[in-house]
Amino acid sequence: MNEGYILQVSQLNKAFWGVIAVFNVSFELKKGDFLGIIGPNGSGKSTLLNLITGFVRPDSGSILYCGREISAKKPHSIANLGIARTFQMAKAFYRMPAYKNIIIPLCSARARQFRGGVYGERDDIAMDLLEEVGFDRSSGVPYKLTSSLPHGYLKRLELARSLALRPDLVVLDELFSGMSMAEVAGTLPILEKLKERGTTLLMVEHRLKELFRVANRVIVLNYGRKVADGSPRDVMEVEAVKEAYLGSE
Amino acid sequence: MKNRKERIDRGIKARTDDVYAVSGPKEISYILFPRMLLVLGLIISSILANEYWQEVIVSACLIGLLAVSWTLLTSVGLVSLGQALFVASGAYIAGILNYYLNWPIFITIPTGTFVGGAFCTFLLMPVLRLRGIYFSMVTLILPLTIGKVFEALHILGGNDGLSGLGRFTNSTVTCFLAVLATLGCFFGMRRLMATDYGLVFISIGDNDQAAMSGGIDVYSRKNQNVFLAAAVGAFVGAFITHWIGFVGTPAFALDYSILPIASAVVGGIGSQAGAMVGSFIVVPLAEILRTLGGIRMLFYSLALLVFIILLPEGIFKYLERKYHQFERRVKVE
Repeated sequence: MNEGYILQVSQLNKAFWGVIAVFNVSFELKKGDFLGIIGPNGSGKSTLLNLITGFVRPDSGSILYCGREISAKKPHSIANLGIARTFQMAKAFYRMPAYKNIIIPLCSARARQFRGGVYGERDDIAMDLLEEVGFDRSSGVPYKLTSSLPHGYLKRLELARSLALRPDLVVLDELFSGMSMAEVAGTLPILEKLKERGTTLLMVEHRLKELFRVANRVIVLNYGRKVADGSPRDVMEVEAVKEAYLGSE
Repeated sequence: MKNRKERIDRGIKARTDDVYAVSGPKEISYILFPRMLLVLGLIISSILANEYWQEVIVSACLIGLLAVSWTLLTSVGLVSLGQALFVASGAYIAGILNYYLNWPIFITIPTGTFVGGAFCTFLLMPVLRLRGIYFSMVTLILPLTIGKVFEALHILGGNDGLSGLGRFTNSTVTCFLAVLATLGCFFGMRRLMATDYGLVFISIGDNDQAAMSGGIDVYSRKNQNVFLAAAVGAFVGAFITHWIGFVGTPAFALDYSILPIASAVVGGIGSQAGAMVGSFIVVPLAEILRTLGGIRMLFYSLALLVFIILLPEGIFKYLERKYHQFERRVKVE
């Protein structure tokens, strides 16, 4: 393993009943990087994230996390190694109050290492995390039933849930989708803060303007293939990228 | 000017909902009253009841335990239609140990509980990945199939079963033991579900993928949940074996699968207390209607339908709401 790489994906392939979703994708991610993954709908972005986080098994290829092969590991094992994720469609625990959504990852093997056994402490950690993603502690929102929260809150709740694992790598699947401009504007500083803290981020996003504000590198996928890799400014100049987004003449 | 009904939570509800912040004897009695009603009600009625009604109380307790076990499974999203499998496992294990090895009751019941729970968990392990109706179908088929195999191959006496097994000394002792076991299990399960361990179960039932991404080993937790639920069911089976002094294929009866679900539906799905309250309606109701003879099933079904239509949230949730809220009429423009 090359020193400094937190994630090394090589020759990754996945097909669903003959339909290629990811084809020979390789890339590396350095510690502290903020990598954006973009591409048209159906280009394999979410599948790639599912492969990295263990929700889908690759047909071939390898995924090294801190030099350790994780492609055959289960999602919870990968999460406990330090890779946390959010989902494209917000997945929350709707039958619980919002703050209890954060308590679930705090019950994981990874989180138990750094949280004390005192019963009350978990609530404080949950509240701190919710406040970090923009929930007002003094309002009643953290105590509201999750099913009653609007979409923007659910997305940020997911982000807080992923941060509860104190992850080294955060994988975000279209975090901004369905968020209002104000909500996105409120979320961007959170991501910048994470970046400053040295957390590695991998983000699939369709809202390119917002993504390019925070990502320092971008990969472009089309039909499951990597067609460009570089700084946000550079990749948008690549002919294949223009073709993927705008179509060819 | 029209009136509308306004429901407002009592202040004490907010203080006792999650974190107990009570002060003074009035608030403590507010919390203790419904619990003591159940505890004292069961203990006093088991002392005062005649032999017949003591048996009804035992039946209600045992169905209540199965309903609690069923509710525990639903917390992780598993809808079982085969509590009879758990009952039969505990019943046969206790019966075998008593019949062939002459083990006393106080050893056969705990052994039946734990070994029965472990056996059912092992049996259901491969199907835990199934969701929804597929898991339900498997749990429905398993006890029916195993029961038929026992019957056809005359295993452990087939329909005749094993008789002459050790019994509890008298009906009062049986009733007392059933009540104690029910109260212990019920309050234990409620406590369990209020801890982080129980919260993880609920999260799995809510969204297993979100739980996985939070570092929770969903498959292992489901196994633990099934073990706990199966152990409660196996206890019921072992208890029945020594209550009637017999174990046979009736242990696989569909009643053990359906009555707990009916109890949970009548009492309120998703709540341990609802399941318990439901069993104390469903079982005595069946006994009261027994005097009607052949048409009792019609009245029984009608009564259940009325409960479901008029109180779809379940009678316990309705009573709970009434207890925690007050209502008033307010004028609307």
